[in-house]
Amino acid sequence: MPTTMASPSTIETALVANNICKSFGPNEVLHGVSLNVVAGEVHALLGENGAGKSTLVKILSGFEAPSSGALVYEGRDVHWSSAEAENSGVILIHQEFNLAEQLTVEESIFLGREITKGPFLDKVRMRTLAQGYLQALDCYADPSARIHDLAVADKQMVELAKATSRNARVLILDEPTAVLTGKETKVLFELIRRLRAQGVAIIYISHKLEEIEEIADRITILRDGTLVGNYDANELTKDDMARLMVGRELSDLYPHILTPPEDAEIVLEVDNLKIPGVIFNASFSLKKGEILGFAGLVGAGRTALMEAIIGLTQNVSGEVRVFGKPVAYKDLSEARDDGVAYLTKDRKEKGLLLTHGLCPNFSLFSLQKFSNLLIDETAERKAFEAASKVFDLRVGDMSVPAGSLSGGNQQKLLLAKVMEVAPQIVIIDEPTRGIDVGTKSQIYQFIKELAEAGRSVILISSEMTEIIGLSHRVAVMCNGTLSGILQGADLEEHEIMRYASGLKGNGKYE
Amino acid sequence: MSSMTTTGVKKTRFNLDLKTIGPFVALIVLFLIGILVNQAFLSTGNLTNILTRSSFIGIIAVGATFVITAGGIDLSVGSMAAFISGCMIVIMNTLAATMEPGIMIVLAGVFASVLLGSAAGFVNGFLTTKGKIEAFIVTLGTMGIYRSLVTYVADGGTLALDRGVRTIYRPVYYDSFFGIPYPVLVFLGVAILGYVLLNKTVFGRHCFAIGSNENVARYSAVHVDRIKTLTYILQGICVSIATIIYVPRLGSASGQTGTLWELEAIAAVIIGGTVLKGGYGRIWGTVVGALILTMIGNILNLTDVISNYLNGTVQGIIIVVAVFLQRGSWRKKK
Repeated sequence: MPTTMASPSTIETALVANNICKSFGPNEVLHGVSLNVVAGEVHALLGENGAGKSTLVKILSGFEAPSSGALVYEGRDVHWSSAEAENSGVILIHQEFNLAEQLTVEESIFLGREITKGPFLDKVRMRTLAQGYLQALDCYADPSARIHDLAVADKQMVELAKATSRNARVLILDEPTAVLTGKETKVLFELIRRLRAQGVAIIYISHKLEEIEEIADRITILRDGTLVGNYDANELTKDDMARLMVGRELSDLYPHILTPPEDAEIVLEVDNLKIPGVIFNASFSLKKGEILGFAGLVGAGRTALMEAIIGLTQNVSGEVRVFGKPVAYKDLSEARDDGVAYLTKDRKEKGLLLTHGLCPNFSLFSLQKFSNLLIDETAERKAFEAASKVFDLRVGDMSVPAGSLSGGNQQKLLLAKVMEVAPQIVIIDEPTRGIDVGTKSQIYQFIKELAEAGRSVILISSEMTEIIGLSHRVAVMCNGTLSGILQGADLEEHEIMRYASGLKGNGKYE
Repeated sequence: MSSMTTTGVKKTRFNLDLKTIGPFVALIVLFLIGILVNQAFLSTGNLTNILTRSSFIGIIAVGATFVITAGGIDLSVGSMAAFISGCMIVIMNTLAATMEPGIMIVLAGVFASVLLGSAAGFVNGFLTTKGKIEAFIVTLGTMGIYRSLVTYVADGGTLALDRGVRTIYRPVYYDSFFGIPYPVLVFLGVAILGYVLLNKTVFGRHCFAIGSNENVARYSAVHVDRIKTLTYILQGICVSIATIIYVPRLGSASGQTGTLWELEAIAAVIIGGTVLKGGYGRIWGTVVGALILTMIGNILNLTDVISNYLNGTVQGIIIVVAVFLQRGSWRKKK
């Protein structure tokens, strides 16, 4: 770490990538990309999924070797392994964290560099230091807590604490805010600004253009493995960024969606639903053809509420009526058979079998439909081919494992899987997390068509613009309570925030 | 990106092929070694012997393929086999004391065997799913319980089947149909049924899904607990079928019956290319795995080059090599 603070005017090139190419087998995925990151700047890396951002940062941080091209770090050519890169202060924080779930926070921060006193671990010192690192991040996780028991945001903070404790000179953040709430994002930005002032170079990958606009000094845009350009942040508007990433105009991200008639049939009613210690009170109703958004901070209980409705959680009180019929689903298959389906936000852990093929993944939820004692594999394959057209799965060969697809294609596959049972009520949880703009707009279009075809949609999202752009009404949850349902003119960001943060609403159903 | 994934696939397919045919190649190599070692290896008598002997482990291993594919493990199968054999003999002997030895007594024994096998499997499944105890621990426990129960029933000695019943029951092991011994036919039948069940039915798909990611299965409306319990019941039934053809072989059971069968069964499954941590299962691989294990013992019996006492060593090496090769191709896949 530099002993003196670098003033922004001191242009000191930290890391340069020259004409980097990377091939996997005969296929080149990066075609001569160049990038120079200067100490004390936030350098945003933008591009759609599959544009090559992740490959590029893996090369910068030594996880992959470039096929050709050179890396220059602080004036010398380097060919490093990830361990060497880390020791030199080039640290990548992965999108999926790299933490051992069973270790404690303190053990994770000092993993591989444990402080010892003679032959024994100096636990007291490590704990004190760990606490210091975490507090500097405004994170109050207990250093002795297991990673396993932490909230996602805290896990990220642990990753960051680990990086700051290693005197990072170049810190690479791969979609750090995908799992953070607005408040946590503010804390993260505060930290990034502090690191920048200390002369740390930060490479920042995100799909959220608002964030890029707020934090980035310079922007490098990639498209299909080629460099579109390096820009000063103030040269570009958000629209410019989106256009350069996609390579076409994004006239309107959110489609216009027809409003269901006032007297539309009520398909789902929830009265005073409670789960001890998790959901304190939630009541709402959903009409045919309606998109009901669910806003709230991470941990407000939106997912828990939905999982209770579809039968994944037991010990639920209150009444749920589907098409007027009181129900208390004991598992997902009962909900499915009633036409209620849930699309998880956790594609990789709950949505798809990553090591299995696309077709078995697609049919897993609707498999009974293709089975009459034995599975009719021809019918299954035909349905899959039809669905992959409907959902525009862009995969060269359909026999690859699901885990090898890009995030956007995985989300489309998950949609195809759930929609194959033709549900009347679809609960979609964070459908565009970590997905590029092009696929997002396709998913929005799809949700629109769904609603206009008379299906009903519950949309959980932490992206405020998405909720506002798509929903007819928005239910806001705060701390396990449904604090209000907004529509019409009330449907705007600040009002939603007031309910989400508990400033307004007392959990009573209006 | 699509062009990249395309080649990825070709590579994967190639690996998959190698993985699938790997056990078959090993079997052929062993077969050739057998011929080189001793002419007697090729005799009809010896080949039928290999097939018949591999039937017990093979049938149990077909059941184990389901359990392992769905992410479980069953260590209790050897003890379960001993326990079921013991109970069958006691039941048939009791009946023989009250009525004339006849086919009915054997059928009653068979019926009891299937019932006991299902029940024992259910206990394993129930404790793992509803009791939420690790399958390894549960079946380690029942392994001890079943074996001690049979020792207790046999009073530390051997339970012998009534002579009259034995005469009637004997052909089930010793006779054959067009030269193919009954145990081999049963093995073949179990393997075919197992293959269809694992690869062509919803149940089989659900086993794969649970084994690769239980959470995904749960969120895909799979009845995880029910399916897992069913795999243990299926395992129990396979053990009972193996027992049904094993009892007439010796006509007795003791605390030593079926010792280490669990390990042989698991070994056959793993050699066959099923992934121990679940998610991928291959019935034909398992069948070949069982044949390989039996053939190693047979070849060592026919040669002086390596002592027969080293049977376990050779088997052990084969298992480790098989898993090593498996892992190699998994790596490439990623």
